Amino acid sequence: MNAASFIPLLLALVLAPLLLGIINRTKALFAGRCGQPFLQTYFDLWKLLHKSAVYSRTTTWLFRAGPMLGLAAILMAVTLVPLGNYPALIAFPADFFLFACLLGLMRFFTVLAALDTGSSFEGMGASREVFFSALAEPALLVALATLARQTGSLSLSTILSQVSGGHWLQAGPVMALVLTALMVVLLAENSRIPVDDPNTHLELTMIHEVMVLDHGGPDFAFILYGAALKLWVLSALVVGMIAPDTGTLWLNLVISVGGMFLVAVIVGVVESTMARLRLLIVPQLLVGAGALAAMAFLLGLNK
Amino acid sequence: MTLLLLAMAALLLGAVVALLLSGSRRNDVSVVAAASVVVAAVLGLIPAIQVLAGGPVLQLRYPWPVPFGEFFIQLDALSAWFLAPTLLLSALCAIYGVGYLRSQAGKRSLGPVWFFYCLLVLGMTLVLLARNAVLFLSAWELMAVSSFFLVTFEHERESVSSAGWIYLVATHLGTGFLLVFFILMGRETGSMDFTVWAGKGIHTPELAGMLFLLAVVGFGTKAGFMPFHVWLPEAHPAAPSHVSALMSGAMIKMGIYGLMRSLTFLGAPSIWWGWLLLCIGLASGVLGIVFALAQHDLKRLLAYSSVENIGLITAGLGLGLLGISYNQPLIAILGFGGALLHVLNHSLFKGLLFLAAGSVVHATGTRDTNHLGGLLEKMPWTGALFLIGAVAICGLPPLNGFISELAFAGASLKAITVDPAQLAMAGLLALVGIGLIGGLAAVTFAKAFGTVFLGEPRQPVETPHEAGLAMKIPMVLLAAGCVGIAFGAAWLPDWIVPIASQLGGLEPEKISAVIQTPALVLAIVSICGLVLVILFVAITLIRCGLLSGRTVGAADTWGCGYARPSARIQYTASSFVQPVTTLFRWLLGANRQLQRPEGFFPTKASLTTETPDLTHEELYRPGFLKINWGIAKLRWMQQGHVQLYVLYIAVTLIVLLAWKFR
Repeated sequence: MNAASFIPLLLALVLAPLLLGIINRTKALFAGRCGQPFLQTYFDLWKLLHKSAVYSRTTTWLFRAGPMLGLAAILMAVTLVPLGNYPALIAFPADFFLFACLLGLMRFFTVLAALDTGSSFEGMGASREVFFSALAEPALLVALATLARQTGSLSLSTILSQVSGGHWLQAGPVMALVLTALMVVLLAENSRIPVDDPNTHLELTMIHEVMVLDHGGPDFAFILYGAALKLWVLSALVVGMIAPDTGTLWLNLVISVGGMFLVAVIVGVVESTMARLRLLIVPQLLVGAGALAAMAFLLGLNK
Repeated sequence: MTLLLLAMAALLLGAVVALLLSGSRRNDVSVVAAASVVVAAVLGLIPAIQVLAGGPVLQLRYPWPVPFGEFFIQLDALSAWFLAPTLLLSALCAIYGVGYLRSQAGKRSLGPVWFFYCLLVLGMTLVLLARNAVLFLSAWELMAVSSFFLVTFEHERESVSSAGWIYLVATHLGTGFLLVFFILMGRETGSMDFTVWAGKGIHTPELAGMLFLLAVVGFGTKAGFMPFHVWLPEAHPAAPSHVSALMSGAMIKMGIYGLMRSLTFLGAPSIWWGWLLLCIGLASGVLGIVFALAQHDLKRLLAYSSVENIGLITAGLGLGLLGISYNQPLIAILGFGGALLHVLNHSLFKGLLFLAAGSVVHATGTRDTNHLGGLLEKMPWTGALFLIGAVAICGLPPLNGFISELAFAGASLKAITVDPAQLAMAGLLALVGIGLIGGLAAVTFAKAFGTVFLGEPRQPVETPHEAGLAMKIPMVLLAAGCVGIAFGAAWLPDWIVPIASQLGGLEPEKISAVIQTPALVLAIVSICGLVLVILFVAITLIRCGLLSGRTVGAADTWGCGYARPSARIQYTASSFVQPVTTLFRWLLGANRQLQRPEGFFPTKASLTTETPDLTHEELYRPGFLKINWGIAKLRWMQQGHVQLYVLYIAVTLIVLLAWKFR
């Protein structure tokens, strides 16, 4: 472990909020508006960190601990995810199971903090969040397991650095199916259209945003930053699948960061061109993503 | 061995004293009996830990004048691995029981409950130590019968006594299969001695397969495999909470122990054994957790969650067997090792959860999650401890549940990357199962913790009080165990690998070649857990720094402009899981009674949901009704005259004699 192995971590910590800015600018472009500055999320974070806090009388210490635990979990998860072909800070066999469980830990405490307010809106959001992610988690695991079978290795860093153009040429359909499944998981886990709409807080159809209604001040800054990091790590998985290996570490890094921005643009395009699905349809989408990943696994069974 | 005998003597003594003191309506009997269980546990834990640390196998033979019987007990690593958590949990639950039963002391005699408690612990100890089939079955019966009397502690309530009968019938049907299993084993090997059985092995694969099936059904009934789990969700809520904790944390593991022990008798496993256990395990896991999340009764929910955890353990065993069949020692070690570790983990966190649930019942007088809420403020200790148990049981880092799930995931991932394709498919199936079970467990325990401890009380209850010291200390120790195992994970292979290799009959060279990677992973994962804690502390400090000197206000929960929030507008336990129960409607078959608001000025509307057990309703009830109907046809034989019954006996004897001398 040397100083250079901290680069993916540092890039994630610094650039993650920028992804939200890119998505919003893309959406503004489609809507014919100028849109917010790219750095708007940074301004928001700065503003929130300087606010004081107001808590509901119903809440307990759990409500205050929730955002902090969530941020700690996602920070830990960031150290496990490689950036393109650049290996992660921590890598070991089966590390993506820890990755999935850390996302689970973050979600669990977000949900409990929401339930702590005793609000029916937040209960509603919490109920949907746990339900959808229970369906998304197997899809994520199967998608990554398919890549593990393709590359014969078990750690995210080696899997994603070994997935190369060769795999796309030999087993194109498998890779495409896995990529689709991962993309669906990315949209679902980050509360993006077509699963959830991050723009509105108060409608009964919302999931993530309605869970964090009662948070404010520094707590909300932690939540916002955690959400940006979560978008970053799941995008990094997608980028890791498609980024080519040029043989030069620095060039790989540049390409990967470019890929991250591209994923943000794609998310923006999806949000601009699609409507949010009805909630009853969402489970079908998620189970469908799992089925696609399982199909990819079967297709790629004979390596 | 002397210490073990002394431990058993202490238990017997405790039982006898409890019986003698049963006339008194004071709390003394609890203290005396609990003290004897604690002494027994301390005495028994010393040899168990010595054996686990690599000490010699202890054994003792003593003639026993029963046909084929011999008082032959032995403590090897496998027994010790189960014995240690059993004794630990017994002692902690006994201490808890002193506080829990205090309120009952004036109302009823506590002698019997402590008598049977001591006998239950004695029965479990003997089951683990017995190496003679007759002794094993006697201990098995002692365990079953004493737990039956514990379940029916509050026998005057109709639901409790019916739960007790279901349990008694189920456990004896299971014992019936075991009886056949042991008789066939005895006939095959000409001995009733487990050590002989383990050396010989079964030569015809058909017979071995049949014996395996008998063991799965017989031991699976005790462990709670779907669909033999039907007694679990009835008996666990009916029993007093410290007994539920002991039954769920330790007693059902005797089924797993029996299955593991039988595997050492049966020789090399066929491939279908592994598949069968994997499928049973995943089915129990998924169905168990789906039924758990639909329950409103807190203890019933925990009982179904035990079915889920037993499922995970069984799936791990299945993966281990597949690893042996396909000659993949790493998969075998991870599967068996994960199963063994989960046995220990489950006894810790399920014990903790049942005890915490008991404190809730003790404080509020209700188990219905739809009526509770906001207890974290009134019961901060119980709430925080329940939370630790919930995080652990969901398999979330950094607690111990995650470590055993990581072992299962490691086994399935290893299976995914190797050939043949069948093994990869098994790995994929297991991985999907583990992911789905993990996600649904998070739903279940977010619901359980969220609706009981968070928000506002949904119905006015008597002012709840925090659990007393005798109830708090056992819970704190169990929670400390959950944390300790997670952060000491790097040392686990030293303890578990010898047992796992004994189970799989693996050679030490094969194991030492593959064990480095898992050991390293465990060490890294412990460090990751530590980093997670450090990150959390750091963020907490940052937040404190940011908020110091600023005003921290208090207000009502934001109700989107609604200014008079009421506790009744909160999400309830039923509404929280409604999306999932709708998805699994075809499976759960939940009863829904909806009375819609009607008219121009609607006054009343109501919705009640209830999820009865599928197998109970669709399989066992009709089946037993058929049997009942058939038996009713024979009722003319029952006239109630003693002479007639003597005649029946005489006729039977004559027929048997005639058959013998034909």
